[in-house]
Amino acid sequence: MNSFLAANAELLITIVKIVLLLFIVLTVNAYLTWFERKVVAHIQSRWGPHRVGPHGLLQPLADGVKFLFKEDPTPAGVDKFVYFLAPLLALSLALTSIALIPFGPDPIRLFGHVIYLGIAPPDVNIGILALFAITAMGVYGVALAGWSSNNKYSLFGGLRSSAQMISYELALTMSVVGVLLMAGSFNLKDIINAQAHHPEWGILGWNVWPQILGFFCFFVAAIADTNRAPFDLPEAEQELVGGFHTEYASFKFAMFFIAEYTNMITVSCLCSIMFFGGWLSPFPASWTFTHYLPSAVLIPFGLWVIWDGIRYETIFGRVILPVVGTAITALGAVFVFASNVNEFIQGPFWLLSKILVFLFVYVWMRGTLPRFRYDQLMSFGWKLLLPVSIVNVVLTSFAILAKMQWGGK
Amino acid sequence: MVPTNYYVILSAILFGLGVFAFIFKRNIITIFMSIELMLNAVNLAFVAFSQALGKLDGQVFVLFVIVVAAAEAAVGLGIIILIARNRQTLNVERVDLLKL
Amino acid sequence: MGWEMTASLVVFFVLAALAVIGALSLIIQKHPIHSALSLIVVMVALAGLYLLMGAEFVAAVQIIVYGGAIMVLFVFVIMLLNAGVEEHTSISKMAGVPGLLLVVALAGFVAAAIARSAASVQSVSQSGTMSSTKEISGMIFKDFVYPFELTSFLILVAILGATVLAQREKS
Repeated sequence: MNSFLAANAELLITIVKIVLLLFIVLTVNAYLTWFERKVVAHIQSRWGPHRVGPHGLLQPLADGVKFLFKEDPTPAGVDKFVYFLAPLLALSLALTSIALIPFGPDPIRLFGHVIYLGIAPPDVNIGILALFAITAMGVYGVALAGWSSNNKYSLFGGLRSSAQMISYELALTMSVVGVLLMAGSFNLKDIINAQAHHPEWGILGWNVWPQILGFFCFFVAAIADTNRAPFDLPEAEQELVGGFHTEYASFKFAMFFIAEYTNMITVSCLCSIMFFGGWLSPFPASWTFTHYLPSAVLIPFGLWVIWDGIRYETIFGRVILPVVGTAITALGAVFVFASNVNEFIQGPFWLLSKILVFLFVYVWMRGTLPRFRYDQLMSFGWKLLLPVSIVNVVLTSFAILAKMQWGGK
Repeated sequence: MVPTNYYVILSAILFGLGVFAFIFKRNIITIFMSIELMLNAVNLAFVAFSQALGKLDGQVFVLFVIVVAAAEAAVGLGIIILIARNRQTLNVERVDLLKL
Repeated sequence: MGWEMTASLVVFFVLAALAVIGALSLIIQKHPIHSALSLIVVMVALAGLYLLMGAEFVAAVQIIVYGGAIMVLFVFVIMLLNAGVEEHTSISKMAGVPGLLLVVALAGFVAAAIARSAASVQSVSQSGTMSSTKEISGMIFKDFVYPFELTSFLILVAILGATVLAQREKS
C-alpha cells in the first residue's frame, strides 16, 4: 500500500487537487449567485434574499435542493444524444478551464512532494492559448442546446448566442496579443513575472497601464463572450420567449447556469492575471508591513460578523453568524502569528481579492446597464472592438520595436 | 517513444476512411466533412515527420494547411447554402441537372 | 524509462482508437449533426496526438481554428439548412463492401509504402524547446513570409466570396 502510494504520488496529489478545486469552484459558484442577487437588489433599492438563513446565505442551498428535486422532463422530438450532451459539454469545458489557472507562485512542500497551487503544472508553455482553445469549444454547448430542443425559438436564441460568442472571441484573443508581446511567452506564470520586473513599482508595474486599450477590449469582449449583461439579449429572451435553454429543466438548466458563472470566474482570473499582476501585491516590495494586510482585513471583518450575529433577528443567525465570525477572526490571527504561512498566503490573497473585484464589476454592470439590441451588439463587436484591438497590437509592436532600437543602448 | 510509423499508419487509416466517406455518403455536408478528415490525416503525417526529422517545417506547413482548409470551408459552405436554396435538397444525387 | 515508454504508447493507442472510432462514426451516422460531432472528436483526438508529439502550438491552433471555428461553421450550416436524416438509395448499398475493401487496400498500400521508406528515419525524442512558438513564428515570418502573405490574401478572398455567395438576392 505504501509503495503504491509512493509510486503514484503525483497522480494521487493531482486527483486530490482536482476534487478540492471542483468543490471550491462549485461552492464559489453557488455563493456567486447569492452575491449577484444581493448586489443587484441593493442597486435596485431592495433587500434581495434575506429570509433563508442569516442574510440569505442559505439561499444557494435552497436553490440547489430545488434544482435536484424538480421534475426533469425531456420534450418530445428532441435529438436525445445531443440534448443530453449540450449541458454536459458546456459544464465540463467551463470547469476544465479552471484547471489551467495558477493560484499562487510558491508551492507547498509536504513530505518531500512539491505541490503547486493550481492543477496544471506551472510550465505549460501554451497556458493562455490552451485557455482560449477551451473557450473556443464552449460555443458548442450553446449552439447544440439551441438546436436539439426541437423549438424554433430555442434555435434562434442558440444561433444568436453562439454567433455573438464567436464574434467576440476574435476581439478577445486579439486584445491579449499586446500582453503576450510584452511578456514574450504564453505561460501564465511568465506573464505575471513580466509584470514584476520592477518590484519597487508595485501597482505601477502592472500591464493595465501600458495596455489600457487592450484591457478595455478584453473586458468588454469577455462580458460578451460569457453572455452576461449588458450583452445578454440571447439569454434574456427567456424572459420573453426563450433562449437556448428554454427546453431545459431543472438539473440541466443548473448545469448551464453553473457553466456561465464558472466562465465568469475564469474570465475574472484571466483579467487579473494578464492585466492586473495576478498574485503580485499592489504595494512596493520593500513595504513588508503590507504583508499583514490579509490579517488586517480578516480580523475586523470577523469581528463585525460576530457583532452583527449577536444582534441578528433569528435564533439560527444568532448561533451561526458568531461561529463563522470567530472562524474568520481565528484565521486572521493565525496569519499574524505564523509568518511562513503568512508569506505563503500573500499571492493567493491578492489574486482572490482581484478576482472578487472583477466579479463585483460584472454584477455591478448587470444591475446598472441596459441591454444591447442584437444588431447593435454585432456591429459593436465587429466594427468597433476588433479594429481597436488590432490597433492595440500594432501600437504595442511599434512601442516594443522603439524600445529595442532606442531604449537598450 | 512512439515510433513514427505508428503515426503514419494511423494517418493512412484516417485518410482511407475519409475517402470512403467521400465516395459513399450522399449528404453534401458530410462529403465536405470527409474532405476535412482527409486534410486532418495529412496534417498528422506532416507533424509526425516534422517531429521525426527534428525540423519545424512540417508544423509550419500544417498551419498553412489549416488556414487553407478554413478558407475552403467558408467558401464551400457558401456554395452549399446556395445549392440548398436553389435545389431544395442536400442530396448530391438530386443535383444532377448536367447529367445526360 | 520502460514505464515512461509504455505510458506514451498507451496514450497513443487510446487517442488513435478515439480518432478511428470518430472517423467510423462519421461514416456510420445518418444525421449530419452526429457526423459533425464525430469529426470534432477526431480533431480533438488529433490535437491530443500533436501534444503527445510535443507540437503544442499546432495542437492549440488545431483546437482553436479547426475545432472552434471551422466545425462551428459546419454546425451552423447544418442547423440553418435544417439538414435531416439521409435518405437511402439503392446504389450505394451494393458498392459498399467492395468499396470498403478497396479503401482498405488503398490505406494499406499508402501506409506500407511510407512505412518502408520511413524505416530509416530516426524518431527523435520529444523536445519541447524544438517546437516553441518563437521558433515557429520565426520560420513563418522569415522563411515562409511569402506563403504567409499569400494566405492572408486567400483569406480575404474567401471572406468576400462567402459573403457574396450567402447573400439573399435583392428582389
